[in-house]
Amino acid sequence: MSLRLSYSKKRRIPPRILVAKLGLDGHDRGIKIIAHALRDAGYEVIYTGLFQTPEVVAQAAVEEDVRIVAVSILSGAHKVLLPKVVKLLKKKGARDVQVIGGGIISAKDAERLKKQGIARVFGPGTPVQEIISFLDRELERS
Amino acid sequence: MKKRIYTARDIRGLKPRRDLGVPGTFPYTRAIRADLYENRFWTMRLFSGFGLPDETNRRFHYLLKQGETGLSVAFDLPTLLGYDSDDPQAEGEVGRCGVAIDSLEDMELLFSKIHLDQVSTSMTINGPAAILYAMYLACAKKKGVPWSKIRGTLQNDCLKEYIAQNTWTFPPVPALRLITDIFAFSARHVPKFNTISISGYHIREAGATAAQELGFTLANGFTYVEAGIRAGLAVDAFAPRLSFFFNSHLNFFEEIAKYRAARKLWAQTMKRRFKAREEQSLKLRFHTQTAGCTLTRQQPYNNIVRTAYQALAAVLGGTQSLHTNSLDETFSLPSDETAKLALRTQQILAHETGVTQVVDPLGGSYYVEALTAGLEHQAREILNEIRREGGVLACIESGWFQREIARSAYAEQMAIERREKIVVGVNAYAEPDEKSALHILEVSPAIEQKQCRRLKGLKKKRSARRVQRALDRLQERAESQQNLMPSLVEAALSNATLGEMTRTLKGVFGEYEPPTVL
Repeated sequence: MSLRLSYSKKRRIPPRILVAKLGLDGHDRGIKIIAHALRDAGYEVIYTGLFQTPEVVAQAAVEEDVRIVAVSILSGAHKVLLPKVVKLLKKKGARDVQVIGGGIISAKDAERLKKQGIARVFGPGTPVQEIISFLDRELERS
Repeated sequence: MKKRIYTARDIRGLKPRRDLGVPGTFPYTRAIRADLYENRFWTMRLFSGFGLPDETNRRFHYLLKQGETGLSVAFDLPTLLGYDSDDPQAEGEVGRCGVAIDSLEDMELLFSKIHLDQVSTSMTINGPAAILYAMYLACAKKKGVPWSKIRGTLQNDCLKEYIAQNTWTFPPVPALRLITDIFAFSARHVPKFNTISISGYHIREAGATAAQELGFTLANGFTYVEAGIRAGLAVDAFAPRLSFFFNSHLNFFEEIAKYRAARKLWAQTMKRRFKAREEQSLKLRFHTQTAGCTLTRQQPYNNIVRTAYQALAAVLGGTQSLHTNSLDETFSLPSDETAKLALRTQQILAHETGVTQVVDPLGGSYYVEALTAGLEHQAREILNEIRREGGVLACIESGWFQREIARSAYAEQMAIERREKIVVGVNAYAEPDEKSALHILEVSPAIEQKQCRRLKGLKKKRSARRVQRALDRLQERAESQQNLMPSLVEAALSNATLGEMTRTLKGVFGEYEPPTVL
């Protein structure tokens, strides 16, 4: 494996992450790569499968007791659906769960999403290593 | 070490008459026509759609005015999956990655002031393809254009949905029935329409290699031919209207070889295995789209260059029609300006570079012929493997395709991360502080409500009794083995919505449960 040893690999209990496809978008090349790479980096990965609603994703995050939810969305529905996940998590009392997003999301939309509580938006072509390093830092902080 | 020099030794086994033919003759490795691009270039067709039907109609007129020679409709996700815009599942998705079409009324707006007998239309629709096709036919009928005169292509390729693109609507077996219904109906009533576009494009975008794209796509193609024959059709009655759709990726010569190998494999198999006799049944005609997955967000102007090389490969490979991606597609749907530039890329290729003056100019090149033979060989091995695994449907059910594709996608990503594969602007020559100044297309959030309001208005003004009668008849037909197209056209004409027709059919056909492959 080429990826540098992840922070999570040094921990006794692997950190859990929920990776999710939101809405009707079927583009799953990216999310599968991320899931595979995170697993190789020592994360315990739970994948929701395709076509999930914000409600299902937020509920799964609570039930699976994850710290991070990584949502992939390439259909343009991010403006509506991503903030909904954040809102629902808050409603369910899971304030410390971080939501990150990836997909075809313009810089302007990414700025707006940040204000709406999405921790970070990764664009197409982001190296997997960069995402893992970000997650490692976040986990170390919390 | 990669082999650097190719000589006559590398094509020792090649028998030009048997393996290549001259352009226009069996096995069509070199081209399907002797006069390719002589009197007519490929069709320049930009995949377009966003927002409401009238907005997309405006884009169509704009592109036609700029010299586009065919239309290609991008539908939004609710439409692709068979949901109406007011379905709870459609929230946030209406008009986002394509145009929202709920009914015949929307279809008429989409093609307002467009002469359906003068321009060919490609529709990227799969799960509910028969329904959108019925709306298109109904639209032609209302415009007074005879079905014998309309030309175009329905993507209608459900197998690759289960394999790669994930916009299915019904389970595989009834999906195949809908497809063969379209074959049979069109052979009689819409003879110039391509009834299917058997697509490698999405398989490749999902991460497959060139050989996998070729092998999987041909396997799907043969499965459709078998289904048509099983449905009682003569192979030469429907095979002439089967068409293909391939990706044009970055490995320039490999892509050209892929198109050449595809033509040969198709022609040989159609003749030997399926006993097709009509020349049109043997000729593999294809549309090409440049590879969206090779576009980068970093330094987006580089995408113009990538797209131009990919377009060149498609033309040297003898494509019948071409979509070139816009430079801004890693940010949003294309703007007027970037779509125009993508079209200009094709026009420059056609008019200025001289590459259309000779048919298959690379034929006989040691390297390209060796690559073509190599890809043919690899594709045959893949076809055999699929057969050993129990055929295409069994491979879908077991998740075999999905696993194979995911493995290739991961290997490619790791090669990029390790910098074994260079992506300019991403893992080499990167500019970490670059600021993008692109003008991005914005789709207004208000369109969702607007479209839902229009749908509500339609439901109020149409005859509920006529709609119900049409849906009842559709259900009866679905429960029998009769061809579904006539009742779908009738339902479309009654202004039944996409969602209503889809629900009626789902009531009979059930829903698809995909295997989860990770």
